[in-house]
Amino acid sequence: MKALTPLLALMGALGHNVLAALAMMGRVTIFAAQTVTFLFRPPFYWREFGHAVMQIGWLSLPVVGMTALFTGGALALQIYAGGSRFNAETVVPSIVAIGITRELGPVLGGLMVAARVASSVAAEIGTMKVTEQIDALVTLSTHPMKYLTLPRVLAGTLSVPVLVGVGDAIGIFGGYIVGITRLEFNAAAYIHNTVDFLETWDVVSGLIKGAAFGFIVTLMGCYYGMHSGRGAQGVGRATKAAVVAASVLILAANYVLTEVFFSA
Amino acid sequence: MIEMHDVHKAFGDNRVLRGVNLRIESGTSMVIIGGSGTGKSVALKCILGLIEPDAGMITLDGRDVTKGDRDAFLARFGMLFQGGALFDSLPVWQNVAFRLLRGRLKRPRDEAREIAVEKLRRVGLTPEAADKYPAELSGGMQKRVGLARAIAAEPEIIFFDEPTTGLDPIMSGVINDLIREIVTEMGATAMTITHDMTSVRAIADHVAMLHDGVIQWSGPVEQMDDSGDPYLDQFIHGRAEGPIEAVR
Repeated sequence: MKALTPLLALMGALGHNVLAALAMMGRVTIFAAQTVTFLFRPPFYWREFGHAVMQIGWLSLPVVGMTALFTGGALALQIYAGGSRFNAETVVPSIVAIGITRELGPVLGGLMVAARVASSVAAEIGTMKVTEQIDALVTLSTHPMKYLTLPRVLAGTLSVPVLVGVGDAIGIFGGYIVGITRLEFNAAAYIHNTVDFLETWDVVSGLIKGAAFGFIVTLMGCYYGMHSGRGAQGVGRATKAAVVAASVLILAANYVLTEVFFSA
Repeated sequence: MIEMHDVHKAFGDNRVLRGVNLRIESGTSMVIIGGSGTGKSVALKCILGLIEPDAGMITLDGRDVTKGDRDAFLARFGMLFQGGALFDSLPVWQNVAFRLLRGRLKRPRDEAREIAVEKLRRVGLTPEAADKYPAELSGGMQKRVGLARAIAAEPEIIFFDEPTTGLDPIMSGVINDLIREIVTEMGATAMTITHDMTSVRAIADHVAMLHDGVIQWSGPVEQMDDSGDPYLDQFIHGRAEGPIEAVR
């Protein structure tokens, strides 16, 4: 019996954590469903939505653009180095374009937005919670989820695909710059190769991923902000949890979407 | 009239409210006193529906507050929060006119701003404060803005949560006088929670003391000093010795 005790304790701890994780998933799912239903229940706060589009979309453009530019350049160098092992250097433009649009553009863009937006949304809403601003909203006949969550989640879902699209263009441009300056590609041939091999679905699938990642990032920011603990430590924990959850969920969702879109 | 019937609320093992019974007559000013952590704010938030009681019933004019149109219910209330709870991202006038810029009380933007400036003037702030952000104001000014926001839509019932906490004695006096004046001129029902005895004497028509999760004593403010209740007596005189333990 004594030998079994540590094993039982281990199983108990494991079961406790699994139950906690399932409960957490349930809460997040309910939170997401509530957010979506508010889309069809007026009022809609257009001013908050516009502000969120500026904060989440427009102001994330520099960081997403820089990420895409350097990633495109590095990708061109890597593919050239790898391709030269079997005389396939000419695939650089097409692989850069496909790699950026299908995977690296949405995933790295999503992760950069997660770092920038999930943290700020969680910190802002968390601070509003601990300073009773959320309670104040309720007493002013304003539903906090309608006023704070829905505009941010909708702004993330709509503006991140735009960011991904712009990031795709910048990333391909990064590969082009490296291709013609460092790898001695002919500029016209590089563009020709890129356009010829890139299909509409490559771009569209990346944009759909961007929308899913934008939803995840803003949802996690709002969820952890709304459930923030007390004081500065509570807000700090909420911020950290929002970024970690958003990043992990982006990578998991990316795998699932890639399976759905591209598994033969 | 607001009535609390045998209201209970616990957070985990901590039973904060253990059967609160309280009646606040319309048009009167009730002040709830009690030590820190005795559940004064919880009681107030239960009435507003910000916290759901575990048991008991709260009625407004005889109707259960948990039933019926919630927006219509909340439209009857104004509230001054302890820390002001002003929205950092909005200028002062939009904080004051928040209710008038959206929802069922929505007015044209210019009219809402006019009302906000008028309410700011009523609490002693100049129109120049209207375009500032809350972070640019002192603590006393933030309380006044919170007060202006609470009265902007001319509610029937106003709640004040620790209105003088963190203010110097002179500013506390100003806020107390403003509350008394505004409640009287609006004919509103007021419920204030505080442990500042100067505020109690300035604001209250009736006083209730919350201790150990129940209303320990309630009555007119004039009878407070001669209540004969040892708990109330210890509290209002700020004595360390008595039935209330100093360390909670």
